[in-house]
Amino acid sequence: MSAGWEVVIGLETHAQLSTASKIFSGASTAFGAAPNTQASAVDLALPGVLPVLNAGAVVRAIRFGLAVGGTIAPRSVFARKNYFYPDLPKGYQISQFELPVVVGGEILIAVEGVEKRVRLTRAHLEEDAGKSLHEDFHGMSGIDLNRAGTPLLEIVSEPDLRSAKEAVAYAKTLHSLVRWIGICDGNMQEGSFRCDANVSVRRPGAPLGTRCEIKNLNSFRFLEKAIDFEVRRQVELIEDGGKVVQETRLWDPQKGETRAMRSKEDAQDYRYFPDPDLLPLEITPQAIARERDAMPELPAAMRERFIAGHGLPASDATTLTASKALADYFEAVVKAVGGEPKACANWVLGEFSALLNRLEVEADAGPVPPAALAGLVKRVLDGTISGKSAKDVFAAMAAGEGEADAIIEAKGLRQVSDAGAIEAIVDEVLAGNAKQVEDYRAGKEKAFNSLVGQVMKASRGKANPAQVNEILKRKLGQVAGLAP
Amino acid sequence: MLTLDEVRRIADLARIEVPEGEVAALQQQLNGIFGLIEQMRAVDTAGVEPMAHAIDLTQRLREDAVTEEDRHALYQEGAPQVEAGLYLVPKVIE
Repeated sequence: MSAGWEVVIGLETHAQLSTASKIFSGASTAFGAAPNTQASAVDLALPGVLPVLNAGAVVRAIRFGLAVGGTIAPRSVFARKNYFYPDLPKGYQISQFELPVVVGGEILIAVEGVEKRVRLTRAHLEEDAGKSLHEDFHGMSGIDLNRAGTPLLEIVSEPDLRSAKEAVAYAKTLHSLVRWIGICDGNMQEGSFRCDANVSVRRPGAPLGTRCEIKNLNSFRFLEKAIDFEVRRQVELIEDGGKVVQETRLWDPQKGETRAMRSKEDAQDYRYFPDPDLLPLEITPQAIARERDAMPELPAAMRERFIAGHGLPASDATTLTASKALADYFEAVVKAVGGEPKACANWVLGEFSALLNRLEVEADAGPVPPAALAGLVKRVLDGTISGKSAKDVFAAMAAGEGEADAIIEAKGLRQVSDAGAIEAIVDEVLAGNAKQVEDYRAGKEKAFNSLVGQVMKASRGKANPAQVNEILKRKLGQVAGLAP
Repeated sequence: MLTLDEVRRIADLARIEVPEGEVAALQQQLNGIFGLIEQMRAVDTAGVEPMAHAIDLTQRLREDAVTEEDRHALYQEGAPQVEAGLYLVPKVIE
């Protein structure tokens, strides 16, 4: 986009862990409760309270570490990150600093068919802050501490991303992975998955440029737009003889631009130190082994299996394993059909995915269960209906009109595969279209298609197209006086 | 050794209002503490694992279960101002 410049991006992603209770208290994490009804004494930082770490948050961090091939720290430490803000009652956020729970690992992304490994720096456990509402309180701010203490896993990538498209591919892959392994519900509207982007530009081969951090990007579209805007801004600034200043910037979706929030001079000095209220977190090899045994097959492994085992093209395998719900659906269809993975994949990625997009639902919540789609695929494969009729049957199934077989009978879509019946129609069509027959004999291939069309029309779309082709060719050969 | 500006910045970060007349005295006290830290830093700690906690134990974990009930009415009795279930505070926008 900006000729002669290399873009360097690293992402920090906050994934809200799908625990029932908070990371350091027994208050509920359910979204949407009335203000402050889920804020306990610990979340409010009342005097004398102490945090107690939630085993569910630790287990989810272990699962993440295993899924990305990172090192799960046998011993990690919680630290206080000190700053003052009304929605942070303690005056510090409990996070991890020097010794995070997961170190390293990588995420495999694909952009326009090109694969790339993105290294992870670390992932650490921390608590979320509350929410400030700035409107309608006669000049004051309203504070809701229901979100305070919600467990987060902050996942930090290395600056390995080179375009907004790569950043989006990384964020989408990570989003799919955290849902796949069941550690985060991924609901972006509710803020369960949000990204900060560190963006800089440089001449290829030059040292890293000064970076700006764009905060709180809660959709993939905003992530892409904010990075594109920020890259343009930095390149224009430098080309006009200016300098990028290290600062935190906010994405303004209304204006479609990023704007400065605070510069490095005003940057917080968080004065991290180990939290004396929490002892070091120890994770035993046994605890790690337990999670490893309970892990589902990961998307990368499943993708390989779809390619090697099912013979699917890589692009199909990638799309099918974009979500666990879709992958599970596909596997259920193949199982019910009893094979034919490519035909099943075509249906799952074609009509079925289009339906899901239209309804904006996940594969496990769609109106056509895997057994029902399998019933339809079988009827296509055994020649009962044509591919064209099958789409009508699918639409009827999606509309709740019942199983494939019942719809095929009710709509009279069974295709005619009786050779005698088709031959009779072909004879009729040949007799009535002497001109086309002549054209075909004169070498005009188009005339053949026209004749096929006539036969299909005469059969009201029910004739088996493969048989029509074959019979027509044979008959035309006889007409043309050639050997059948 | 801390400069006067650094003392003012630390006070600002800690939200402690230090009258201008007390900055120099505070600088001296803080530098005294930093002097002690410098003495400790002189000790050779190569090969010593940093201590994360004074007690040599590891963290006990709690089962992931909701054990707290809604007690916001009680908690909000002590708040200076409450409206629609929210704590009201002077407006701060970052």
